[in-house]
Amino acid sequence: MTNLELKKLANEVRKGIIVGTHSAKAGHPGGSLSAADVFTYLYFEELHVDPKNPGWEDRDRFVLSKGHTAPGLYAALAHKGFFPVEDLVTLRKVGSYLQGHPDLHIPGVDMASGSLGQGISAAVGMAMGARLQKKDFRVYTLLGDGEIEEGQVWEAAMFAGFRKLDNLCVIVDNNNLQIDGPIDQVCSPYPIDKKFEAFNFHVVHADAHDFDSLRAAFAEARETKGMPACIVMKSTKGKGVSYMENNADWHGKAPNDAEFEVAMADLEKIEKALAEEVEA
Amino acid sequence: MAEQAVKKIATREGYGEALKELGAEYPQMVVLDADLAASTKTAVFGKAFPERHIDCGIAEANMMGVAAGLSLTGMIPFVSSFAMFAAGRAFEQVRNSIGYPHLNVKIGATHAGVTVGEDGASHQCNEDIALMRAIPGMVVMCPSDYVEAKAAVRAAIEYEGPVYMRFGRAAVPVINDHPGYHFEIGKGTIVREGTDVTIVATGICVDSALGAAELLAKEGINAEVVNICTIKPLDEELIVASAKKTGRVVTVEEHSVIGGLGSAVCDCLCAKLPAPVKKLGMQDVFGTSGPAAELVKKYGLDAEGVCRSVLEFVK
Repeated sequence: MTNLELKKLANEVRKGIIVGTHSAKAGHPGGSLSAADVFTYLYFEELHVDPKNPGWEDRDRFVLSKGHTAPGLYAALAHKGFFPVEDLVTLRKVGSYLQGHPDLHIPGVDMASGSLGQGISAAVGMAMGARLQKKDFRVYTLLGDGEIEEGQVWEAAMFAGFRKLDNLCVIVDNNNLQIDGPIDQVCSPYPIDKKFEAFNFHVVHADAHDFDSLRAAFAEARETKGMPACIVMKSTKGKGVSYMENNADWHGKAPNDAEFEVAMADLEKIEKALAEEVEA
Repeated sequence: MAEQAVKKIATREGYGEALKELGAEYPQMVVLDADLAASTKTAVFGKAFPERHIDCGIAEANMMGVAAGLSLTGMIPFVSSFAMFAAGRAFEQVRNSIGYPHLNVKIGATHAGVTVGEDGASHQCNEDIALMRAIPGMVVMCPSDYVEAKAAVRAAIEYEGPVYMRFGRAAVPVINDHPGYHFEIGKGTIVREGTDVTIVATGICVDSALGAAELLAKEGINAEVVNICTIKPLDEELIVASAKKTGRVVTVEEHSVIGGLGSAVCDCLCAKLPAPVKKLGMQDVFGTSGPAAELVKKYGLDAEGVCRSVLEFVK
């Protein structure tokens, strides 16, 4: 897929995030938007998955450890064909399968998550399961930069590094904001790269909103042998929606009707610009 | 008449032996431990199947998640630590990473209750049954002896879904080693028939209840003793039928009276057959250091203590 095609899809994923959280009157748009490009890249370029057969045994696995950004994951899964895009408006509603946080009953979701720090352990277990059963699938997990304040993340990292799980790729969405403010003012986990290196990971830096950068980072992660990889991905919280960018207030708040209109106008403007763009 | 020598062995030994036996039958089985393999007896499995024994180090939270991930790739993980750490420290991981997605993970928790002994209150988990039975869909079992421990582990692997198994550190009498013994998840057993009072016991307290029944017989009280290995799902039919017959119930467990077997029995009876119940166990207190047998006596969970409490109750 070309970068332009990916950009267009990522913009659709962003619309899905806004539509879902607006409809639910709840949810986490900020971190979903910062990860919208990587969700898109994962499902349309990187992961070997089959929307027609979500339980395919040899598929690559993805665990959304930062489970609160489910609106982004759901939008990517819907556009990939795991379930209808129209269902995104049922997010968080009684009776909907689109739970507030990832749930195993949702087609394409590989692990329930949402309690921070737990998804990475499940991903490590999946990577271990692949190794024990001599299977070739790879396992990916996305963590928030605030999430890595959880001690369990480092228990999991120690295990993965020690066991040299090179079929595991950990991604950290480094948007620098958590609920209570900038991560370096709340309880700084920096330096993130040096920490993962100390836990025996091969660390790759990437720009979360540049598909060439993501492409290179995932290729390097895939080629890494003898140790797990960690992609530290510099991102902008709220990316794509003017008033949400770099604003921690939009961590866990849904847009109201007026804000919804502005957000959709922002994304339609991007869509229009992309329509006029010619692939380089 | 000279007393017959009773064979004594810890329920955790049954756990280790069963793991080893099942390992040969189930190639997808994998056993995880958190630096306690010698104590939890998973080392018995590890010696036979080193490639399927994963020591996760002293990191129980991660271990529960790794087990969840392994199960999602089709393996059947057994996860072990002391009850304090498996059910206590890692409660939320068990709840959210295993219970909520209803994964096929088996938790083998050893060193439960006060019979941990000398290590004292910090390691004596008297709250694990309460914690685990509160998780929707979790099967909770507490075997009464070596034979039942082995049977419970086999039943656990044959069952699809999360299971919590509680084992003890101390050697306890073997009471189920007879030809008619049969184990089924969710089924209790009347181990002594009686008419005057029902004593419902779990784990190592089944032996105390049987001893108490003998002492009560000398006082003219004919006690019925029910062994409840599966605390969840509870054999409500059996408990209601016995309570109907005797009219009163005493529960005995090496666990807090808050949330354990006693609470489960009360939950059942208050809905189906209100009857007077006396709950024996840890009476909202922490344990203390000392030899296991002395602690069992101190907290009134030996045969004499149970007999005393039953006498007070039925008077």
